[in-house]
Parts: sequence; C-alpha cells; structure tokens
Amino acid sequence: MKEILEKVKRVFPLQNIKKQRENLYFVETEKIHLVSLITNLRDINGFKHLVLLTAVDRIENGVFQLTYLLNNDELKIDLGVRVFLDRENAEMESIHHLWKQAATYQRELREMFGINFSGSPRVDKAFILEGWDGMPPYRRDFDTLKYSEETYFPRPGRSTNDPAEYMKQKMYPDE
Amino acid sequence: MSKEHTEKRIVYSPDGEPIEIDPIKDYFEGGRPEIRNPRNGIIEKFANWARSESLWILGFGTGCGAIEMRPLMTPRFDAYRFGYQWRPTPRQSSVFVISGYLSVKTLKRVIRSYEQMQNPKFVVALGSCTINGGMYYDSYNTINRLDHYLPVDVYITGCMPRPEALLAGFDHLKRKIKEGRGEGANKYAENFDWYKANQKKIIKDWDIPDYNW
Repeated sequence: MKEILEKVKRVFPLQNIKKQRENLYFVETEKIHLVSLITNLRDINGFKHLVLLTAVDRIENGVFQLTYLLNNDELKIDLGVRVFLDRENAEMESIHHLWKQAATYQRELREMFGINFSGSPRVDKAFILEGWDGMPPYRRDFDTLKYSEETYFPRPGRSTNDPAEYMKQKMYPDE
Repeated sequence: MSKEHTEKRIVYSPDGEPIEIDPIKDYFEGGRPEIRNPRNGIIEKFANWARSESLWILGFGTGCGAIEMRPLMTPRFDAYRFGYQWRPTPRQSSVFVISGYLSVKTLKRVIRSYEQMQNPKFVVALGSCTINGGMYYDSYNTINRLDHYLPVDVYITGCMPRPEALLAGFDHLKRKIKEGRGEGANKYAENFDWYKANQKKIIKDWDIPDYNW
C-alpha cells in the first residue's frame, strides 16, 4: 500500500494520508485531480472495484465531503479517496464512464444532497423521493422534524422521556 | 420528473402489428367510489358472518412489519386455521394489512392497491408507525397517521407486535365485521374528497386518475 501511495504521490497532490488499518487508507485530493487520480488507481494500480461513493455534509466548513472507496482485489487493500466541494452550487465530475454503477450513486447524491453530476445517465430522474420539490433532505440545514410536523399530520399527545431519567424515577424514586 | 408510464405509446404485437396504448385510459378506471348500502336484516348478518370467517389478506408488505406475517403463515401460528389467507392480487383480497412504516412512495402504491380491492374491504394497521409515526415520527419521508389517508378498522400496537397480537387484532376485526361495523369502504366513499386532498398534499407527483378502481 505504502509503495502505491508513494508512486501516486509523485504525480498527484495527495494530502492528509491517514492509515485507518493495515489494509485501509484514506487520502484527500483536489477536485480537479480526482477523476484522473481514480483512473490512474484503477488502470495502473489495480483498484478495479468501486466499493461505494458517499457524501458527508460538513456544514461547519461549508463543504460536502465525497468519499470514493476503492478496492484492490489482488493485494486485498482498500483506499478511500476524499474530495471537498463547495456547498453552494455543489458540482462534481461524473465517473460513470469508469464504473457504470457509479451512475446510481450519483443519482442518489443528486437527490439527497443536491450535488450536481452533470452528464451522468438519468441523474435528474427521481430516485427515491418522487416529486420532491424542496431542499434535498440529507443537507444538515434541512429540519426534518419541522418538515414532518408541517406535512404529515402529527397525532397530538405524543410525549417522550429521557430513558435514563425515566428509569431512575421509576426504579429509585426516593433517591 | 418523468412520466413515461403514463405517456401514450405504440407497442408491436409478435406479428408486427402496431397497438396504440394510452395508459391513463387503458390501465386506469376513473370515476368515484360508490357507497354500498347494506342489505336488510338477516341477509346482511349472514353475509357479514361469511365475510368475517374468510378474511383474505393482500400480500403487500409495506414496512418491517411484513416480517411478522411470515410466522403467521407457517405452522407455529398457522393463521390459515382461522380462515385468513394471503392472496397475491388486490382483486382477490378483502383485508389490507399496512405492516409498519409507510413512505410516501409506498403510500401511492398502497392507495392504488386499496382502491382496486373489491368492497367490502378492511384495513388493519400494524405497529406504532401507522398510529403516530413510531420511531420515524420526525422522518421527512414517512407518514405519521394512517387514518388521514385510508380508513382504518383495527390498529395493532407494538413495535413490532408479536404474531399473537396480530391474531388478536384479526379476532377483533372479525367481531367488528360481525357486528356490522366494518364500514371502512363506505367511509372512504363518503369522505372521498377529504382523503384525496390529504393524499395529494404529500404525494406531489400525482399523475394517475383520482380513483383507480
């Protein structure tokens, strides 16, 4: 794994190389280098399998973090490539030409986070949320409780207890 | 959003003959639900007895509660001995078990299936998700109260209810039908506009006729 990263580092700017386990590393790179880096990893370094493509909303920094997790079957190692996008008008190059299944991930990210992958097949079609016209629900500034209360007729009389406090009251009322 | 499944199209038969298909006209039947008046006295009582003793359940699992219906079918709980059986199509069934949480996407299919069922029909809502949202009460995508979208006859509480609770619930439904109180389909027909307005409020891409019987 180390040799591969050293070799790749000579060509592409990699930051924050983080060792999670012996066989799992995470690296960060820049948005413009991502597709060529992944192509390099796939075609030259044997990371032939795209395990997943996922996003995290880092609202504190105003960015989305995309993670491309790649698997090298011969060496039994995984490499996660991370890239940060601006939250405003988030846009990313599509990688559906490398792995066809990436189109499905990208369609989901488009719907749930509003990240635009232009050129990806069927990316603007509804995936899970049919006819959704508001803010993408996985963004952290989307208030899901408020949305639910406004939309789904909450039944009055619902109450919740803090489990620890409630059980303490119930089991040891004198203390 | 795409509306391919409701667009007019031409398909070709095996002989190469073109067939024009207009899905809205050919696959859906519009109109409004009709109120069914009970027959008089003893005939209705006999009919209710017959209905309650052969409840046919639509095999449509909407949420995690569908898991609880599998042990009900198998020998340990064996619901078939009480006259319940699961049917593959809405046309053959009389009970719709809403098993657990309902997402908006599923609700659209549930409504279409419910409307396709023959009168008289009953709805059993299973689990706390159908009552007040359960653990998904703050979800952006699951409904909180089923009775705003479909007329519910029996609620079964629990998360998840055990198969015994389901049997008790079905037993309650049986009693309700025998007493002549299983009038969900009529309630739906009477308050059709209210139900439809609630349904359309959350299903924003309503692209089929209002009533799809």
